[in-house]
Amino acid sequence: MKTRTLWFLSLPLVWLLSLLVLPFIGAEMLRPHEVFGDPGSSSATLFWVLRLPRVLAGMLTGAVLALAGLAVQALFRNPLATPFTLGTASGASLGASLYIWTGWSVSVLGLSGQTLFSFLGAAAALLFIYGLAWLKDNMAAETLLLAGVAIGIFFSSLILLLQYLSDQAHSLRILRWLMGGLEVVGYRDLLQSLPLALVGLVIIMFHGFELNLLSTGEELSQARGLDVPRVKLLILSGVGLMVGSVVALAGPVAFIGLMVPHVARLLLGPDHRRLTWAVLFLGATFLPVCDVLARLILAPAELPVGIITALLGGPFFIWVLTRKKT
Amino acid sequence: MILEAKALTYAVGDKLLLDQVDFQIQAGERFAIVGPNGAGKTTLFKLICRLLKPRAGSVRLDQKPLAEYSRKALGRWIAYVPQAMARQDHFTVREFVLMGRYPHLSPFTSISRKDDAAVDRALELTRMQDFALRDLGTLSGGEQQKVLIAAALAQEPRLLLLDEPTAFLDPFQQEQIHQLLETIHSQTRMTLLEVTHDVNRAALGHDRILGLRDGRVVFLGTPEALMQAPVLENIYGKRFLLARHPDNGHMIVLPDAGKGKT
Repeated sequence: MKTRTLWFLSLPLVWLLSLLVLPFIGAEMLRPHEVFGDPGSSSATLFWVLRLPRVLAGMLTGAVLALAGLAVQALFRNPLATPFTLGTASGASLGASLYIWTGWSVSVLGLSGQTLFSFLGAAAALLFIYGLAWLKDNMAAETLLLAGVAIGIFFSSLILLLQYLSDQAHSLRILRWLMGGLEVVGYRDLLQSLPLALVGLVIIMFHGFELNLLSTGEELSQARGLDVPRVKLLILSGVGLMVGSVVALAGPVAFIGLMVPHVARLLLGPDHRRLTWAVLFLGATFLPVCDVLARLILAPAELPVGIITALLGGPFFIWVLTRKKT
Repeated sequence: MILEAKALTYAVGDKLLLDQVDFQIQAGERFAIVGPNGAGKTTLFKLICRLLKPRAGSVRLDQKPLAEYSRKALGRWIAYVPQAMARQDHFTVREFVLMGRYPHLSPFTSISRKDDAAVDRALELTRMQDFALRDLGTLSGGEQQKVLIAAALAQEPRLLLLDEPTAFLDPFQQEQIHQLLETIHSQTRMTLLEVTHDVNRAALGHDRILGLRDGRVVFLGTPEALMQAPVLENIYGKRFLLARHPDNGHMIVLPDAGKGKT
C-alpha cells in the first residue's frame, strides 16, 4: 500500500522534472542562461519555438493515448485493447492519407487540412462502429471490438491502396505520417488539438469509479446501478475525441496506449480512480523522453518517435511481464 | 408487498422462455425459485434486475413499474449476487466491496464516511474484515462468494437477489454461505430472492418457493407443500425419493436415478 502511494506521489514529480529538463536536450544542448538571459538569442528561439511546443505536444499525445488505452482496456475487459482497437487511428490515418494523396492545401477555421481530414476520418470510423453496435445489440462490447478491428483492417487496406496510387513523394509522405512524429513548429498545432482532447480527457477522468465497475463485468455493473450503455457511449466518445485529436497532431504513435496502462497497474494496482491520474503523468513523461531519444540517436537526423516507442516499449513490456510472473 | 410480477412474458423470436408468470413477494420474505435447467429461472431473474425487457406483462417494485426507476435508483433497491466471481483485476476486498456504494454516490462527490461505514458494516456482517486488504485472486471460492455478498450488502438494498450463490462450492462452504444468509436475514430483515437447484436448500431456508417448468409457474407455496413427491415430479418431470432427516425431522429429497421421465 505504502509503495503504491509513493509511486502515485512520485509520478507527477517525475513528469514535472521532465517538463523542466527535456526542452533543453537535443542535438544542440541548451543552457538555462542562454535561453532566459537573451530573449532574442537563437537558443531562446530554439527553446520557445521548437523545443517547448514539441515537448508539450509529446506530453499531450502521451497522456491522452495512455488514458484512452486505460479506458478501453477496462471497458472491453481486454488487456490487449488499445486506443486504436476501435479503428479510430485507422480512420484518422485514412483521412490524413487521403488529404496527402489529393495534394490539396486547405485550411478551415484555422485547422490545417491534414488535421481536419484526420479528425474527420477518426469520427467517421467511430460513428460507423457506434451505429453498428447500437443497432445490433445496444453497444455490446464484443460487437464494438470486432467492428473496430474489422473497420481498422478495411481502412488500412484503403491506405495501402492510396499509397499504391500515389506518386513516390506523396507515398513517402503518407508512410512518414503513419510512423508517427512530433515535428510541430510553434503552438498552433498543439492549440488546435487541445480543446477536443481536453473534453475527452475530462470525460474519462470523471469516470474512474465507473471504469472500476465496468472492469468487473457489464452485468454486475448494471446490477450495481451503472447505466452501462450510457456510460459506455460517454467513455467511447471521450476516447474518440482524445484519439482523433492527438492522431491528427502526431500520427498513430504505437505502443503508448497499450504499455503505459499496464505499467501503471503494476505500480499502483487496479483502482482506476488512481490509475487515471497515474497514466496521465506516465504517458506525458514517456512519450517526450522517447521523442528526445528519437532526436538524439541519429542526430542531426530524426527518427520517427513511433519507432522508438515500439522499440523501447516492446522489450520493456516483456521485461515487466516476466518480472511480474517471477 | 415489495415485488410483483404480473403476466410476465419473455420470448426470443418465437420461443417463449417465460409465459404469463404471476407472483408477489412480501417485504422481509425469503423466497426461492426452483426448476429444471431451461425452466426460465435465470430469465426471470434478469427481468427482475431489468437486464432484459419483457415482451408482455410487468414487474412492479414497491408498487411502481420497474421501468420507471433510473438504473441508480434500482441499484438502491435491488442488489445481485452472481454464481461466482468473474476474473477481476486484483482489486482488494475492500476496493471491490466499495463498488457496491455506486448507486449512493453522486457524480461530483467522493467516497464519504457514510460509504466507508457501509462497507465496514458489510465486511463485518460477512465476517470478512480481516480480509479487507487481501487481493481477490488469493481468496478461496467460498471467500470470494462472501465478498460478492458483502458488495451487495454495501448497496444497502431492500431486496437481495442470489443466483445459485453456492453453485461452485463444496458442501461445507455451501453450508457457510447458507448460514451467512440466515444471519443477514435475521439481522437486517432484508427480502431474499434466491434461485437454486438445491430443492433441500429451497425448502429449508425459505418461506415460500416458486416452481418453474418450461417458462410457466407450476408451483407457488410453502416448503411443506413443495416437499411432496407429486409436486416435485410436476416441477422437474422426474421422480424423487423423499425421506426424513434423522436429526431434525425435515423432509429431504434425492433424485430417483432409477426412474424415467414422467
